[in-house]
Amino acid sequence: MRSLKRAGAEGIALILATVVFLVPFSFMILTAVKDDVQSADLDFAWPANWPIVANFIEVIEARDHILLRAFVNSIILTVASVTLIVIAGAMAAFVLQRRPGRVGAVANFLVLTGLIVPPAVVPTIWLLQAIGLFKTLPGLVLVEVAFGLAYAMLLFRAFIAAIPRELDQAAMIDGCGGLSLFFRVIFPLLRPVTITVILTSSVKVFNDFVNPLYFLPGDDNATVQVTLYNFQSQYSTQWNLLFMDIVLITIPPLLAFVFFNRKIVAGMTAGSIKG
Amino acid sequence: MTKHARPPTRNKSPYPYWLYLPAGAVFLLIFLVPTGLAFYFSLTRWTLFDSTFVGLDNFRDFLAEQNLRVGFQNTLFYAVVTSGLKVVLGLGLGVLLTGRMRLRGFLRAVVFFPVLVSTVAVGITFSALLRPDTGLVNKALAVVGVSGPDWLGDATTALLSVGLVDVWAGVGLATVIYIAGILSIPTDYYQAVAVDGGTAWHRFRHVTLPLSWPATYSVIILSLIGGLRSFEFVWTMTRGGPGFSSDVIASIIYKQYQAGFFGLSTAGNVLLFLIVTALVLPLNHFLGKRQVT
Repeated sequence: MRSLKRAGAEGIALILATVVFLVPFSFMILTAVKDDVQSADLDFAWPANWPIVANFIEVIEARDHILLRAFVNSIILTVASVTLIVIAGAMAAFVLQRRPGRVGAVANFLVLTGLIVPPAVVPTIWLLQAIGLFKTLPGLVLVEVAFGLAYAMLLFRAFIAAIPRELDQAAMIDGCGGLSLFFRVIFPLLRPVTITVILTSSVKVFNDFVNPLYFLPGDDNATVQVTLYNFQSQYSTQWNLLFMDIVLITIPPLLAFVFFNRKIVAGMTAGSIKG
Repeated sequence: MTKHARPPTRNKSPYPYWLYLPAGAVFLLIFLVPTGLAFYFSLTRWTLFDSTFVGLDNFRDFLAEQNLRVGFQNTLFYAVVTSGLKVVLGLGLGVLLTGRMRLRGFLRAVVFFPVLVSTVAVGITFSALLRPDTGLVNKALAVVGVSGPDWLGDATTALLSVGLVDVWAGVGLATVIYIAGILSIPTDYYQAVAVDGGTAWHRFRHVTLPLSWPATYSVIILSLIGGLRSFEFVWTMTRGGPGFSSDVIASIIYKQYQAGFFGLSTAGNVLLFLIVTALVLPLNHFLGKRQVT
């Protein structure tokens, strides 16, 4: 009797969770494949026509292929930022973990600062303007690196703590030190956590909306998130195109999720529990 | 491979500080310097090209003007409500998804996936779902005879609706943190409760709840930091409206920046900084004391 009641409660929870989480996603996809008349109903009806290819082409070609350029920008931004975050973050985390002391204490404090303190927006713009990097992709890359480092260092530091120091000593006897010790011995060992950092940082940078909005305004070098935001007002009558756009920019994180679900979850929870 | 110049100078550490250099330089230039500058520029009327010192005028404006002050209350309300709901729902889902049930892996994936979808996409989707007449939510409510409000267009519900969407998108992270926390509880404790003939409620109340404390701690701190800074959902769904009813500090910062009031915008940033540190640091200290691991 009790087990029956439990199964019932679980069933209800299951249905509820599925409805709450899957309905919005099904709605996105359904709207994306409807024609523009039917999509204006914004309902859950089955598509009468399936102009998938037409919608796709129309979104891609809109405003002189802005979406394609935005994808290129977003990919460059993500690859460049994540590469720098991984290399600079792992190097710093290595010294931080291996060499405690006054400098280490300051570095620890700065990592905490980077995790908690909200960035000062306008002064950052002022500074980027002063060094000629405002409204440029390299400038935004630096911003993403600066805001993403602390979290990456947290993950790297925890992982490096598990690498025995005997290994460093053996490498030192072989004449390795500093940079060569790090790149030849330590960095290859960090592979599992590096993959986790790459995944979580990529998702974060690719999905970032605030920083491109502030630091890279303008249509020419918009990233996909800003493009989507601009489409919102532009396509107020063509919901199918707006949602086709949403579906398209959701595909990269979806692929990452399908292939690396566990790694992403591990990265996000590990960082937060230590944080 | 060629070795480095032979006698590796003995007193040199194998962990030279200059390995900090790339990370430290970027962090210093793009994060620390602007943060320091913010304290000065928040005291000025500022056009980016020149600034006149005006003392605490900007802060006075922030506290005196109704449409700026509302941002404080809203920010606190938003952060507390979203954190609270993420703790409660995350714990509930965590318990549910560590239990014996079919489709567990599938459900975990379904609950977590919104975390990876861009906030702009989620915001636009829910603006459509929450429309007053044609939106799916109100249509569903109409079926059971309830006439739903204009979720995002009504000053009394706008901020709460945005907060609920934030919870929808973020509860997956809270859930996986709880799942990790619950799975790390040794099964001995549960066996002890079973020996004493305890019910499922006992198991939850006396084992799961107290021993998943580290997870609760993480979820509270994380969602509080996120909630206080929150901008993207507010901006994509209501832009602070109707009126100023759903403005939070972060959206005010953006609005003042757009309007060219750079000093005022920066003052908002400094206030946000003060609020975050004033809330998170003591809480971190207080909650951290009770942390087991």
